[in-house]
Amino acid sequence: MEALDGNAIAGALFAVFGREMTTAVSVCANCGATGPVAETRVYLRGPGVVARCSRCSAVLLVLVEIRGVTCVDLRGLAEPLKGV
Amino acid sequence: MERTALRGRLTWQFGTVAGVVEETARTRSIALELPDWPGHRAGQHVDVRLTAEDGYQAQRSYSIGSAPEDHDLVLTVEEIADGEVSPYLVEELHVGDSLELRGPIGGYFVWEASLGGPLLLLAGGSGVVPLRAMLRHHLASESDAPLRLLYSARSLEDVIYRDELMSVPADAEIDVRFTLTRSQPAGWHGYAGRVDRKLLEEVAWPPSEHPLVYICGPNGFVEAAASALVDLGHAPARVKTERFGPT
Amino acid sequence: MTPISRGFRGRRHTDVDPARVPPGQYVTGDFPVLSAGPTPHTPLESWTFTIRGAIDQPVSWSWDELQALPSEKVTVDIHCVTKWSKLDTEWTGVSLDTLLENLETSAEYVLAFSDGGYTTNVPLDDLRGGKAWVAYGYGGEPLEPEHGGPARLLVPHLYFWKSAKWVRGLDLREDDVPGFWETYGYHNYGDPWKEQRYAGD
Repeated sequence: MEALDGNAIAGALFAVFGREMTTAVSVCANCGATGPVAETRVYLRGPGVVARCSRCSAVLLVLVEIRGVTCVDLRGLAEPLKGV
Repeated sequence: MERTALRGRLTWQFGTVAGVVEETARTRSIALELPDWPGHRAGQHVDVRLTAEDGYQAQRSYSIGSAPEDHDLVLTVEEIADGEVSPYLVEELHVGDSLELRGPIGGYFVWEASLGGPLLLLAGGSGVVPLRAMLRHHLASESDAPLRLLYSARSLEDVIYRDELMSVPADAEIDVRFTLTRSQPAGWHGYAGRVDRKLLEEVAWPPSEHPLVYICGPNGFVEAAASALVDLGHAPARVKTERFGPT
Repeated sequence: MTPISRGFRGRRHTDVDPARVPPGQYVTGDFPVLSAGPTPHTPLESWTFTIRGAIDQPVSWSWDELQALPSEKVTVDIHCVTKWSKLDTEWTGVSLDTLLENLETSAEYVLAFSDGGYTTNVPLDDLRGGKAWVAYGYGGEPLEPEHGGPARLLVPHLYFWKSAKWVRGLDLREDDVPGFWETYGYHNYGDPWKEQRYAGD
């Protein structure tokens, strides 16, 4: 399945962070690439949602819904996401 | 007590289907009435959630095809073969039914008149939906930013909002063009074939004009158009993309 | 309770023997494509399957060597943690019993690894005794890349995230380490009949 982009998880990210996050800048902990979350490669419909760096494909963030609670893992980011 | 939409909250709410329009054989526009709609910006979308009798739920995102100034909130949905949600929305949903959604969502792929232009909109298939919202907003706000829409569809029968887009008054500011990739009617004067570097060289403003570009459609379309524009010298930061696809 | 969307059913099959459906699952006739990343495309000439780790010498098979091993056709039910189940799926592949034959190890755990970086952990015993395969055929045809081809792990008695797509080998380990989804909160073992979806279930 081809990837979509960060726009596809705008609602899920809003629900987790409490604000619009697709314009927030992600910094890849693997290759340093920066860009808006909207331009990350997003893989939906798996056991969780995976957003990957569009340059090196490293995992940037993972959203998993566990017993009704959405958990977000941001270990793939070099810096915290700052919502604009 | 006055009911106001809480800023910064994204809550699920129910709308009522007020009207449906069959845009093409596979695409339908759904007009919704919502009690607590806070308004939206052109380019934003909603998440729609369906619940079956046994509690099973399915959720998908759909772009808003109406402008903020329009009276009705309109979602335009293309039916995906073997899809789970789109066949229900395109074939089953009736006027009067409830539809659960949350929104408006999105802050990246949005255009408002204050952002100016020139504005280049590149639509691949159902990717035209949020771009049509931008076009309608441009018209309603009487923006004087030059606007060009290049809409790629398989055939004339697949063109969504066909009458509306083909009757946009041709003037110095607004220019709507079509490219039909699989079949063209007799006497067709528009483009044929995919959006590629050559076509963009002809249709897009040069990079020196610094157009704001919005590209929406399937992955392949967006990749090809975005890379061609960057190859032509457009600044990546001025090119915004939104990929659609079956999910 | 969320109001119902009148007339919405989804694509689920409902006339199914309930004894074949683990708790919380829906049966589908499709074969949904779920992925955590881009589809890799390793050319067969450079493809290998390697068993390494807590073993004297790592052992590797090229694609041709894997094809030359005795293979089996199996029909199994598969259960994805995202709640869909697909019954009577047909696979062709090499049993892990064949691949593990003659290998001496004190390892109790396996970390399967795939092209693209995906991993998943399984107790070694769960790969033995006719319970697991390296599968390269589905429905009588070569396994398509979007479903894990050229070859994937097939461990149908566990949730399907354990059946690693694009598998390239097994790390035999004396200690258990969580793989990709296990790290993000999914259950370490994943028995669908005990509904072990998440850590702590």
